[in-house]
Amino acid sequence: MKPLLSVRDVTKRYGARIGCADVSFDLYPGEVMGIVGESGSGKSTLLNCLAGHLAPDAGLVRFDTRDGGMRDTITMSEPERRMLARTDWAFVHQNARDGLRMSVSAGGNVGERLMAVGARNYGTIRASAEDWLGRVEIDTTRIDDRPSAFSGGMQQRLQIARNLVTAPRLVFMDEPTGGLDVSVQARLLDLLRGLVRDMGLSAIVVTHDLAVVRLLAHRLIVMKDGHAVEAGLTDQVLDDPQHAYTQLLVSSVLQV
Amino acid sequence: MIRRALLKALAVPGYQVPFASREMPMPYGWGTGGVQVSAAVLTPDDRLKVIDQGADDTTNAVSIRKFFERTAQVETTERTADATVIQTRHRIPETELVDGQILVYQVPIPEPLRFLEPRETETRKMHELEEYGLMHVKLYEDIARHGTIATSYAYPVKVENRYVMDPSPIPKFDNPKMRMGAIQLFGAGREQRIYALPPWTDVVSLDFEDHPFDPSKADHPCALCGAEDSYLDEVIVDDAGGRMFVCSDTDFCRARRDAGHRGATGRPAAEGAA
Repeated sequence: MKPLLSVRDVTKRYGARIGCADVSFDLYPGEVMGIVGESGSGKSTLLNCLAGHLAPDAGLVRFDTRDGGMRDTITMSEPERRMLARTDWAFVHQNARDGLRMSVSAGGNVGERLMAVGARNYGTIRASAEDWLGRVEIDTTRIDDRPSAFSGGMQQRLQIARNLVTAPRLVFMDEPTGGLDVSVQARLLDLLRGLVRDMGLSAIVVTHDLAVVRLLAHRLIVMKDGHAVEAGLTDQVLDDPQHAYTQLLVSSVLQV
Repeated sequence: MIRRALLKALAVPGYQVPFASREMPMPYGWGTGGVQVSAAVLTPDDRLKVIDQGADDTTNAVSIRKFFERTAQVETTERTADATVIQTRHRIPETELVDGQILVYQVPIPEPLRFLEPRETETRKMHELEEYGLMHVKLYEDIARHGTIATSYAYPVKVENRYVMDPSPIPKFDNPKMRMGAIQLFGAGREQRIYALPPWTDVVSLDFEDHPFDPSKADHPCALCGAEDSYLDEVIVDDAGGRMFVCSDTDFCRARRDAGHRGATGRPAAEGAA
């Protein structure tokens, strides 16, 4: 099977400091990869390097594009990369405010990516916005409300709808459930699991919440000080951690 | 320096060329961009016309006309057909402009994406990469909120299928006229940008397939000259709700009255207020 995303020795330094170093993995279609680690371990730096927000200092990030086969996303031209970013890729920010246009209605937010790839029929755009609001369990009567009138959980679901409307193949998520209360988190995770399964999405989920990766991710990478210290199947890593840091991480989870 | 910016702007229609805007003997927002562009294109043989919202007789138009009479020693006129250079604020004259004429616009905000994306670095990148989805988001919002595209002035256009351009705050009624025989130059003094349209450049107003562009105007004839195809100003005439609609283009209206046309309350031009 051909990987969707192939990452080799990605390194990003901030001056003398290491953001992330020598991270390699393959992500296959339909697979969800979790990246866990404490704050400052380089999770977000790695994600931003993969999603094209940061340029890594070394390494290869190759993506299986629809028409050009495996392409290095670091060396491809900026128009191509931005085109990928609004068609085949999606990026879900931790803070919904970073991923939404707060002064534009919910429908406009969902429709933006469609219009960006050339949709010019108001009726069709609105119909798919309604469809997507329904899929992420937002009442369609709120299609003309601004996201600022939405609760945190709704904003996050709206952000997901806005990202998935162009049927991307790879979703980057940076702490998608961060800052939400547990019941809202549970619904969001439920929703994400459903969408990943129904749409056959591949995803890379960065989080420090081990419960989230247990539910969502098939495979797991544990990061510490910029390095990937352990990788494997989620259940295997969480139930039988090998590396000292992973053992610490797993044993630090509060039991209710 | 400004002439070089103008040449570059004409070579890349719709592209905003940065230029070093100078101090002008008037405040920003009063047409400093237009004045600089006019000063750069005027020659001693030119005849200048200045309009403000279509009118030749408003303070700003009169002042700029006098300024150039004194500093550039050019002839001035109020007749659109006689002018070689026309500086305008927020209107295109009703009389069709032809080869040999130059229309200079005063532009307050040259960036059509500004109110949607406040970062200049980002809007430049969007122009560079032709990422104009956001412009349609604005029109989508209009329809979602008002049922139709409610933007009635500064209606965004696409130039030669490449750059999205703000036509300065002209009413959208004037948008179709932008495909014309005259050269159109746009000067934004405060924002330090010049852009231009060579004659007969393709200018298309953005819209949706199911909500096409509609160059609307007030549904009345002009009360003075009876014209039904000109852009109208609504004038409140008393404090009891009385109103009249008159041509915004004063030269067009006067010429029609001179030719004998009369509206509902029309009088010959000599007796008229204008």
